[in-house]
Amino acid sequence: MLNKKNKTYYICVFFFCLFVLFLYGPTFTIVLLSFQGPDGGLTFPLNGVSTYWFKELWRGGSVVDIGSAFERSMILGVIVMVLTVILSVSAGLAFRKKFWGSDTLFFATVASLIVPSIVLSLGVALQFRLLDDFTKWLGTTFDINYINESFQTTLGMFTSGLGAQLTWTLPFGLLIMFAVFNRFDKSYEEAARDLGATPWKTFKEVVFPLIAPSIIGIALFGFTLSYDELARSSQVMGAGNTLPLELRGLTTTVTTPVIYALGTVTTFVSFSVIGISIACYIWLKRKRG
Amino acid sequence: MKFLKLKPSVGLLSIPYSLIFVFFFFIPLALTFIISFWDYNEYSIIPDFIFENYSYIFKDCFNFQKDMCVTFKTYLSTFIFCFITWFFTLIIGFFVAYFLAFYVNSVTWQIALFLLCTIPFWTSNVIRMISWIPLLGRNGLVNDFLLSTGIIDAPQEWLLYSGFSIVLAFVHLYTLFMIVPIFNSMMRIDKSIIEAAYDNGANGLQILWNVIIPLCKPGIVIGSIFVITVVMGDFITIGIMGGQQIPSIGKIIYVEMSYLQLPAAAANAVILLALTLLIIWIMTKMIDIRKEL
Repeated sequence: MLNKKNKTYYICVFFFCLFVLFLYGPTFTIVLLSFQGPDGGLTFPLNGVSTYWFKELWRGGSVVDIGSAFERSMILGVIVMVLTVILSVSAGLAFRKKFWGSDTLFFATVASLIVPSIVLSLGVALQFRLLDDFTKWLGTTFDINYINESFQTTLGMFTSGLGAQLTWTLPFGLLIMFAVFNRFDKSYEEAARDLGATPWKTFKEVVFPLIAPSIIGIALFGFTLSYDELARSSQVMGAGNTLPLELRGLTTTVTTPVIYALGTVTTFVSFSVIGISIACYIWLKRKRG
Repeated sequence: MKFLKLKPSVGLLSIPYSLIFVFFFFIPLALTFIISFWDYNEYSIIPDFIFENYSYIFKDCFNFQKDMCVTFKTYLSTFIFCFITWFFTLIIGFFVAYFLAFYVNSVTWQIALFLLCTIPFWTSNVIRMISWIPLLGRNGLVNDFLLSTGIIDAPQEWLLYSGFSIVLAFVHLYTLFMIVPIFNSMMRIDKSIIEAAYDNGANGLQILWNVIIPLCKPGIVIGSIFVITVVMGDFITIGIMGGQQIPSIGKIIYVEMSYLQLPAAAANAVILLALTLLIIWIMTKMIDIRKEL
């Protein structure tokens, strides 16, 4: 019936191919256009082939300091990734049993995914603004020199920026953990416990190896979602912008293929991370047998 | 059993996760609500309890002699984007999921093709938006193609920086939000139910309409929630793909923030959030999300 290679099947295959073309086609065009010669513009036809625009990007050109934005995004991405893995795995373990506040926390997790990002970004920005005012008030009231002389703001990439991004990456992590534990065979764990293993040892020797491939998945979400995050970060990064924020600014100012070159580079970074993650996932799955 | 009570509860492991949500989710949203009643001037926000921020948003909105007010116009335009995007992501997402779930036989292929659809989600949205420029621009591929075939005799301006390009980008970016939950629902359908329908003489279309779609309802609802909420709160896609000319609620909040009119922005945020939650509440009445994971 459904599996028969009938007419519908071929229509579906054709439709799916179109969809994949729709997904990847545009990105492919900017990769192509980023390798243009120095006379190239924003649209086809290709004017020669060179790596001119990448050199231009590397040199800094007329563009803002892309190098340090890239570095900031990478560092933040790694921190978000590590925290997402640790926090969502531990919360995932907790959620296997009902605990005080578990329903509220679950609600917050889902709500965080669907709350408009600009609202959350605004809220976090407001919170840190009030925190600033409070700190300054402390400084003047109690005459704390350090605050009066050098305090500027609590808003920053590794305070408000990090927190705002975690509200976006953690729900993905926890939902993956739910999916993992819903299909988890508890008998291995019980066997370990019956053999006298402590809870920590049970986790380390039995549970962790079983969920390790999924943890790679969480890490992948943690890094890539942070590395590309824009809406939630838009109000809370303080002085230093991340790469997507710079990129968004460039869309209105840059009129040369240098922006395509940048697009090619970030897409390449994303694809490398995805490739490495998938390879690790397959490797871990194979190792387990 | 006494020793069990001495063991620290596993529930404690959720504390770090909870703290993040207290500090970066609950408190910020509560503050937004509180500050929406505050006063402000050019330099600072002033604790108060006033309704001016709200009444300003709805200024002239209930005066039906005049044209529709800015707020209503903006929401109307956002709702239209929501609806069109929802429609296309649902149709495309459903058929992609349908293909993956029912026509791809090997699990390996299923995973590989599913990944193929997911990978773009892990790349930059901004890049995926600007990658439409060489295709849709004045001298873009689409215009070139249409000109050379003689279908049109002047470059079409509505292809880029328009409502069309905004919807296109939304569909491009967010169809995955439909595919994943619908695919998930489809994979749970017991194949024998379909066999049974087939044996009872149902044709392909009848199976699709009377068996598969009803069983996919939870997936469809979850996907719809994601797509609708993401479009409701958007300001980046509408900004970039609309050439910064088309209004959105997110954009209003963004602009008010840049002028430090924070209580005004907060009031807009509260209304946006309330509307979004209302839509979700209506939709979740239909299903239990937790069972679907």
